[in-house]
Amino acid sequence: MLPAGNLRSLEKNLALRARYRKERFMMALVGLGTGLAFLILLLVLAYALSQGAGALNLDFFLKDMRPPGETGGGLRQAIVGTLIVDGLGLLIALPFGLAAGILLAEYPDHPVNPYLRLLSDTLNGMPAILFGLLAFILIVKPMGGFSGLSGAFALGFLMIPILARSTEGVLALVPKEIREAGLALGLPRWRVILSLVLPTARAGLITGVLLAFARAAGEAAPLLFTAFGSPLLELNPLKPMDTLPLRLFAFAISPYEDWHRQAWAAGLVLFGLITLTSLLARWASRRRF
Amino acid sequence: MLPETKETVGTHMESKGLVVRYGNRVGVGVGGGVNLPIYRHRITALIGPSGCGKTTFLRALNRMHDLTPIARVEGEVLLDGENIYAPGVDPVLVRRRVGMVFQKPTAFPTMSIYDNVAAGLKLVGIRDKRRLDEAVERALRGAALWDEVKDRLRTPASGLSGGQQQRLTIARALAVEPEVLLMDEPTASLDPISTQAIEDLLLSLKEQVTIVIVTHNMQQAARVSDYTAFFLNGEMVEFGATESLFTKPKDPRTEAYITGRFG
Amino acid sequence: MKRLYTHSGDRIFAWALLLLALGVVVLALLMAYELYQGGSLALKRFGLLGFALGREWDPVIQKSFGAWPYILGTVIVSLSALLLSFFPALAAAIFAAEYAPRWLAQVINFLLDLMAAVPSVVYGLWGIFVLAPWIRDQVQLPLYMWAAEHAPWLVPILGVPTGYGLMTAVLILASMIVPYTAALARDAIALVPKEHREAAYALGATRWEVMRMAILPLARGGIIAGAFLALARAVGETMAVTMVIGNSHKLPYTLFGGAATMPSVIANEFTEAVEDLHLSALIAVGFLLFWVSMAVNFAAAYVLRRQERLVKGVL
Repeated sequence: MLPAGNLRSLEKNLALRARYRKERFMMALVGLGTGLAFLILLLVLAYALSQGAGALNLDFFLKDMRPPGETGGGLRQAIVGTLIVDGLGLLIALPFGLAAGILLAEYPDHPVNPYLRLLSDTLNGMPAILFGLLAFILIVKPMGGFSGLSGAFALGFLMIPILARSTEGVLALVPKEIREAGLALGLPRWRVILSLVLPTARAGLITGVLLAFARAAGEAAPLLFTAFGSPLLELNPLKPMDTLPLRLFAFAISPYEDWHRQAWAAGLVLFGLITLTSLLARWASRRRF
Repeated sequence: MLPETKETVGTHMESKGLVVRYGNRVGVGVGGGVNLPIYRHRITALIGPSGCGKTTFLRALNRMHDLTPIARVEGEVLLDGENIYAPGVDPVLVRRRVGMVFQKPTAFPTMSIYDNVAAGLKLVGIRDKRRLDEAVERALRGAALWDEVKDRLRTPASGLSGGQQQRLTIARALAVEPEVLLMDEPTASLDPISTQAIEDLLLSLKEQVTIVIVTHNMQQAARVSDYTAFFLNGEMVEFGATESLFTKPKDPRTEAYITGRFG
Repeated sequence: MKRLYTHSGDRIFAWALLLLALGVVVLALLMAYELYQGGSLALKRFGLLGFALGREWDPVIQKSFGAWPYILGTVIVSLSALLLSFFPALAAAIFAAEYAPRWLAQVINFLLDLMAAVPSVVYGLWGIFVLAPWIRDQVQLPLYMWAAEHAPWLVPILGVPTGYGLMTAVLILASMIVPYTAALARDAIALVPKEHREAAYALGATRWEVMRMAILPLARGGIIAGAFLALARAVGETMAVTMVIGNSHKLPYTLFGGAATMPSVIANEFTEAVEDLHLSALIAVGFLLFWVSMAVNFAAAYVLRRQERLVKGVL
């Protein structure tokens, strides 16, 4: 029999001391790795907050940008442009994305579903810049010039697969009983989907839409050769339009100090916009249906 | 095998005033805590309806509750007279001496049959191939699985049937030569033939280890155990030699349960 | 039930859904087709292999286009970023799923979401004004000086310490792709049945041994799929890389010096491309990028599907 006091002693044959040393070492590595994983993110956030806050003022929202070399002014044209281009993109994407999501979730045996799922996953993994190339070929070239509308198409293409998968995921969470109750009442299936299933999943659907919007709002790559950018406020989507990420990029690679300052402010506003939508999305998804 | 002396038939483990709480809810130990002796080289069965606290009690015997953040254990559990909940006691050493087998077979599916059995031995630093081979064979024979798997030790454990996997997890627990083996409804997810095989196995294993088995199957408790404890609503109602508990229960609640009036 | 399905309103609704949903299919096919079509001028002129392996990209004088420098740049940058980010991401996943108290795990999950949501241009901005100058002054210059004095053979490998180049791009990219590996690894770890952890603990394993023995082998597929997904993101990441990589396609690449990737050359040259052949060559680069992304994404999906089967078999 093992002697009393045995549960405390670090027996040699268990090599327990070495095992605990390894345990401590690995735990330290896990902690260190976790810290490293977030190091750059936290630095970026800290700089965006401190540099951006200093450059942010009311003019930033109310005035258009100034020519190079002049100080002051704001980025009204880019903020308005972001909302227009992104909003139009969402309008383009919504019917397709929602329909695909509904088809995937509500008609699980539909013969096109495997292909639909495969292709929407494929599109989801495509680099954003390729959506820009596609919009360039399909819209910019035939129309003969850059335009906010072509940018909206690029962002819309980007949002379609995101919306499809988020819609499918949300609808899958709606309890089966709700559908059965509707069908048992003698409602046709389309009425069950439109007036029972979708309203039940409303909060989740809104979350998906907000996240798609936020994702598109931060994209610059698909807009480089579609929306193109504009130094003046432009409300006609057939003309080139500015967006915040585009303007941030242009300012960041410019040689002007005051533009750099405004680039940071644009970064902060973008970051704020995206955090806000994410929080809103979280809040919407937390409310029970 | 040790001779049957006072040393080998005495109390192996003992719970004193044991209470397990999950948050504010008492999981087991209603009515002053559980006082229960576990005799060496005997099979002790814990019976009772679902939610009566028998599994909660079992998990207190090798400090598995340490893994549940909201669980708190009060009272003492003595292993050879030493409280496993005393400050400074290492749960890893406790579990090394008090092994456990679960309801669902938990063979590690990506490991081979051999590696599954050797897993615990490799932990304690045994690398010598011959020693491992011997220990694996001994454990698999002990778990009555050797003849079925000896030709495919290197194949994945996921290829075994449910009953075989459960015997594999018993072999894995035996390989580290624990003194006590805790079994949480080990046959609940198995077919009758595999159940029979495991019950036969238990009877042969008590030569080597002390066994505590949780079961919701009274016939199983009657068939295999030497002692039985009956739990109800978090309270240990009655403990005694299996035969007398099933034939002459002292508490009317025990009688109601074993005659099938509830549970 | 049968009658409900054949209700005329249902038929119309299902057809309308199908028509709209096929937009996804059309979009995917259109992308493949139009990128091929748009790049065909260059692809035909140089041949697919000649274009992919050509080392010369000269839109001005020779009007010769080979995408090899960009393919090579993409491979180097994305693989190095993955290599650099993999262990920190895995550590964060392990910590969040297994060891962190609930509140801290939630903070980590929030940070992972945030990291994936911060726009690429914001990373790029920080790269241009903070990381690149710091790396140049604190890392590259001292190393370069030391190498020049003590190990001259290192100098051609290090390259000119400008701050804008491979090294900076890889660092930023590594940080950006952390959430993709981490999220999938975290979910895979959380899906490992509780019984497997307990079985390992019951054998007398320490926390790390439980991780090694019972959890990581079962979560392996999810972790690998996460790595592939991160790789796919790295391959397609455009703005942040474009902003700090120095945009040079002069081979051989050096550690400190400029380089370029497939997305970065498209972003950089597209609006300046006036000649048809140049434009077509850029779209052809996009065409190659399309297939590379597709391959990496499919690899991720394949590994993930196998993982799901493994875990399902266990449950």
